[in-house]
Amino acid sequence: MRNALVSAENLQLTLKTDFSSEEQALTIKHSIKQVMLESNKESLKLEAMKRIVGLIAKGKNASELFPAVVKNVASKNIELKKLVYVYLVRYAEEQQDLALLSISTFQRALKDPNQLIRASALRVLSSIRVPIIVPIMMLAIKEAATDLSPYVRKTAAHAIQKLYSLDPDQKEHLIEVIEKLLKDKSTLVAGSVVMAFEEVCPDRIDLIHKNYRKLCNLLVDVEEWGQVVIIHMLTRYARTQFVSPWREDAMFDENNEKAFYDSEEERKVEQTRPYIMDPDHRLLLRNTKPLLQSRNTAVVMAVSQLYWHLAPKHELSIITKSLVRLLRSHREVQYVVLQNIATMSIQRKGMFEPFMKSFYVRSTDATHIKTLKLEILTNLANEANISTILREFQTYVKSQDKAFAAATIQAIGRCATNISEVTDTCLNGLVLLLSNRDETVVAESVVVIKKLLQTQPSQHSDIIKHMAKLFDNITVPMARASILWLMGEYCEHVPKIAPDVLRKMAKTFTNEEDIVKLQIVNLAAKLYLTNSKQTKLLTQYILNLGKYDQNYDIRDRTRFIRQLIVPNEKSGALSKYARRILMAPKPAPVLQSAFKDRDRFQLGTLSHTLNSQASGYLELSDWPAVAPDQSVRNVEVVEPQKNGNAVKVESRSESESGSESSSSESSSESGSELDSDSDSGTDQKKNTKPKPVQSKPVIKVRSTTEYKHALLLIIMTKYILIHIVLSISTQFFVNCMCSLLHLCVFLACQFDAVSWHVHVSLQASSPVFVPETSHELLHRMTGKGLSAQYRFTRQPCIYGNSMVSLQLTLSNSSDQALENIHISEKSSTGQNIHRFNAIERLEPQASVTVSMGVDFNDSTQAANFQLCTKEDEFSVSIQPAVGELLLPITMSEADFTKEQGKLMGMNESSATITMKPENVSSQSVNRKVVSVANIGVIPSSQENIYRFAGKTVSSGSLVLVSVALKDPDAVITINTEKTVIGSMLLRQFKTALTNSGP
Amino acid sequence: MIHSLFLVNASGDIFLEKHWKSVVSRSVCDYFFEALERATEPENVPPVIPTPHHYLINVLRHRIYFVAVIQSEVPPLFVIEFLHRVVDTFQDYFGVCTEAAIKDNVVVVYELLEEMLDNGFPLATESNILKELIKPPTILRTVVNTITGSTNVGEQLPTGQLSVVPWRRTGVKYTNNEAYFDVIEEIDAIIDKSGSTITAEIQGVIDACVKLTGMPDLTLSFMNPRLLDDVSFHPCVRFKRWEAERILSFIPPDGNFRLLSYHVSSQNLVAIPVYVKHNISFREGSSQGRFELTLGPKQTMGKAVESVLVSSQLPRGVLNANLNPSQGTYTFDPVTKLLSWDVGKINPQKLPSLKGSMSLQAGASKPDENPTINIQFKIQQLAISGLKVNRLDMYGEKYKPFKGIKYMTKAGKFQVRT
Repeated sequence: MRNALVSAENLQLTLKTDFSSEEQALTIKHSIKQVMLESNKESLKLEAMKRIVGLIAKGKNASELFPAVVKNVASKNIELKKLVYVYLVRYAEEQQDLALLSISTFQRALKDPNQLIRASALRVLSSIRVPIIVPIMMLAIKEAATDLSPYVRKTAAHAIQKLYSLDPDQKEHLIEVIEKLLKDKSTLVAGSVVMAFEEVCPDRIDLIHKNYRKLCNLLVDVEEWGQVVIIHMLTRYARTQFVSPWREDAMFDENNEKAFYDSEEERKVEQTRPYIMDPDHRLLLRNTKPLLQSRNTAVVMAVSQLYWHLAPKHELSIITKSLVRLLRSHREVQYVVLQNIATMSIQRKGMFEPFMKSFYVRSTDATHIKTLKLEILTNLANEANISTILREFQTYVKSQDKAFAAATIQAIGRCATNISEVTDTCLNGLVLLLSNRDETVVAESVVVIKKLLQTQPSQHSDIIKHMAKLFDNITVPMARASILWLMGEYCEHVPKIAPDVLRKMAKTFTNEEDIVKLQIVNLAAKLYLTNSKQTKLLTQYILNLGKYDQNYDIRDRTRFIRQLIVPNEKSGALSKYARRILMAPKPAPVLQSAFKDRDRFQLGTLSHTLNSQASGYLELSDWPAVAPDQSVRNVEVVEPQKNGNAVKVESRSESESGSESSSSESSSESGSELDSDSDSGTDQKKNTKPKPVQSKPVIKVRSTTEYKHALLLIIMTKYILIHIVLSISTQFFVNCMCSLLHLCVFLACQFDAVSWHVHVSLQASSPVFVPETSHELLHRMTGKGLSAQYRFTRQPCIYGNSMVSLQLTLSNSSDQALENIHISEKSSTGQNIHRFNAIERLEPQASVTVSMGVDFNDSTQAANFQLCTKEDEFSVSIQPAVGELLLPITMSEADFTKEQGKLMGMNESSATITMKPENVSSQSVNRKVVSVANIGVIPSSQENIYRFAGKTVSSGSLVLVSVALKDPDAVITINTEKTVIGSMLLRQFKTALTNSGP
Repeated sequence: MIHSLFLVNASGDIFLEKHWKSVVSRSVCDYFFEALERATEPENVPPVIPTPHHYLINVLRHRIYFVAVIQSEVPPLFVIEFLHRVVDTFQDYFGVCTEAAIKDNVVVVYELLEEMLDNGFPLATESNILKELIKPPTILRTVVNTITGSTNVGEQLPTGQLSVVPWRRTGVKYTNNEAYFDVIEEIDAIIDKSGSTITAEIQGVIDACVKLTGMPDLTLSFMNPRLLDDVSFHPCVRFKRWEAERILSFIPPDGNFRLLSYHVSSQNLVAIPVYVKHNISFREGSSQGRFELTLGPKQTMGKAVESVLVSSQLPRGVLNANLNPSQGTYTFDPVTKLLSWDVGKINPQKLPSLKGSMSLQAGASKPDENPTINIQFKIQQLAISGLKVNRLDMYGEKYKPFKGIKYMTKAGKFQVRT
């Protein structure tokens, strides 16, 4: 201990001194920390941990501290814990055995009620790359994928990728989880699960079908990074599922051509099949369009590439403005966007032509930005704007950035070849540049002029002469070589000058660069063939020099040329054709954009930027000739057999909306925006395929209202019956209940057959037991004569689906009448309360019973409100017992076990208790349980196991209770997604079953 | 997606590294350093660099390179945008984003990076959410923490993460409820030798500082919304409302944020608020050059042009400049050949000018290009496009907020070719 304190002081000293990275200092510090981590003071530990993180950040090795650090993984201090996580993730791979020590902590944390802790535990568990724990990870992911918190489910989606990279063999299982998560309706999850999909199984397009429309509709509300991933995925998807919208134009052209010779009928056939865009295709385009206004450049680019690859050509123009807007962003963004624009501008000049001025180069741009802008300007050049562009180029040529000036000259060359009107002007301009002082500019001009002259040599002998004159001043090898080549190629146009140039070159041959030497040899050979009288000796001299050159290329070339042109007995038939070989007309080089072939890559991808296929690049498929079946995207109404499943999914989404609803109206608004948006679309779509998202709620609303009527009828009879039953015999009662339920079910069935499968098995059950006890709401003393009592009726509330129904008995114990008794409008605290109608007058000593509904939101938090009379206001509160937040349901035993199987793990809580002997009988167990909580009894085939089922009123989550008797002990197990409710219930059952009494 | 991140300072040292998947050796940065050496200017490093096994995507901000290591296909803008978001967050947390600030707060930086990415995929980038998870360091809090042992790390999931308004946290409270909006416009222009405009456009932003209690719902309307040619919004703005009524309707984030950026098209005539008279000449054969520059206001709608700063990259041949400013101060750096003249406010009665001579390298030939002049200026209380906010209304809360709107025009990339 003393040791620790001393070292702590040392540590603080070292903390103050600057971090000197001397080896010695490091080792001392390490030893200090090692002791430190064994001390008891949290703050010191935290400080030490911060130093360690500092080391990691610097890339220093801190792995020897592993055992000391891992000890703290279960620390209470959340910051310390997080830093330990950081450390663990960094070094676990290296210290696998020690890392295993921490696993149990995470497993415990996975069941924590705090969603942030669950999520971060899963994050770390899945990030420590230790192959041994793969099965544990798999289990954790599966559990987290059904977690109530969308944040935890999002983390699960991330964990999928991590597990996949650790152990690709898990692929099949992971795909199952992905499939499940793809169905998730939370916007938080969507982006992450699509990311996992792209990483794990991008080829399983079939998983997307059912979720396609949902993804399209959610897209606007997904966080921006998710949007990028989803848009890229949907682009690929759409290319496999829809037919090309571009066919329209092509077909139109075809028709025009064929119109002359095609028979009438054939044309009719073609016209009867005009292109109609698949409504789903349209949905995608429509829902992505608003995202062009996003502040996130990656989203804008993603939408742009989607339009480029999917939209009909005439709709493409809307992306132009947004892309041009991105050019205002950071340099790196500009770079990528300009590259994409360059590719687009080759195919579709018209798109960017109005924005030509946005691509003008500024002297402050980085070089690669300048060259890209130049590329685009060149692509945009046409007869109409070429003069403006050339004027602009003139300023660029004078730029101090010589690399850029050289690129400009090339660009001028390209304009000159592409637009014949300006070829001469350009050529003259370039010739002027030949007298420029800068070498690179001159060299580049020579090279470009050479290319230009090749296209029309005859008229330009004076330019060649001019270049020959300049030749002595030019030192750049490439330019010299170019001039020599020009001389040789067009030696007939300059018969006098060419031999003279050769003469000069013979003198300097040995000092020239290799490419120049090669061209000298070429020139010599060509002159020998055309003008052998003057140049025979010169040629032989040069060939001799070449023969002994150091470079084997040149020796090779020399030998080849000699054999070819100098006739001797050994030379074969070739020399006869020497002239035709060497002086063959050569095709002019085509000057084209470097971005010409970039369109083989999907725009906006890394591969496109690099112009080479990056690993993991997914090819964009061609449009299918015939559209695959559209109906695969239809989401059918849930089948009755799958009841359990379906309801669970639904209930979860409800609970989400419950948790989100507090946050704002904008949710509902953006939602409705979305709906109205999709509604405004083609009516066609609605007719052919009712939108799945809408259809479900519609059914629900109908069923519940009608169902309510049915229930009201039934409840009356039931209510009386139950009381009788209870008083007679509890053994009989269970049977009776069943038949009652059947009756009830039967009625509901008849009422509305459609509603049946959505709700029946979970709702059409009546309370088994209704407690008579009422609780005090307002005492007559505090209430100035008004007293109020409430009791839970345990009936489904008629005011709202998620409300708990309450009966309020108000009595007036004062000596005057009370007027206008009501619940104040403003007072409710978060809970949604359905107020009873105001009671106008309550006579002295009279009492009245009213009913009201409160949505407790599945929590035992008290509902506070003001009970008002004409004169006074009284604050009152209703604290519900957890058992009252449930509604009984019925299901078969098989269903029960099935559902229970799905709610294992953290959704399960259980306890073992010792039963009082008098409680062991089945009646008493049943009675005890149903009096605590409003749940239904499930007929059980096993003697010692009792099962009960209910659901939470507000979110509809299942609550399954089973009590297994093992004399004298009993195990109570509760399975529910609502873990809080589960644990509270458990506590109450425990007390109820251990206590004796009725 | 993003595998690792390295921060590299101006002198080419890696001073921070963070890995989200297995560790990538820092030797991967050698490819980056190669590119850095090849580049003549720091800005000329290509943003995307392929290496045999990885791809490096870098951004340069505040003289720090943020180098992200990527292993497989990913939209490059995704990474670039994220890296910029990281820088913005650092700036938000530490006030500045410098090497010193990052080194001082290395633990917070690490905690932030940990929250922002999970397995290389962005998890929480919204500053409101991050601030609930990890509280920004302040002196007061550091002191309190050391005494009480409390931490900077939140224990609950930020409310924003789960809601549909992730940009705003619940339970915001202020004693003074204020909402300020700054309409800032920048003129990008290229003016040619003769003073005529080659291209000019206006880029505007509306930056807001909103400190309002509860969940206010604001609407902002313009007198002349048609001016706005192309807009991009903060995610809080309801797009449909804008489409239909040209009204900005939104639940604002708490604190500072950029509500809107817009573009006023180049089709509209753009008023150019300053003019430049220049005479820069070099004579053949002489080692002297003349330099004359006069600035004057034009089309300023009666407002003063302030904080004027003129800078120009003189040709390499210039050895020194001997100039005489009528106001303000000038500096000339003989190494970088950068001339900058801090003019201050332009007085229309007495126009500022800078006159004098330049000495050239002896024997060097006359530079063939005249330098480009970059100008910066500010005009307060004027939006040069004529955009005007009509009114700001608040719904959803009962109190009366204090509202303020400020206009400003600045030079963006404003260049005069000579």
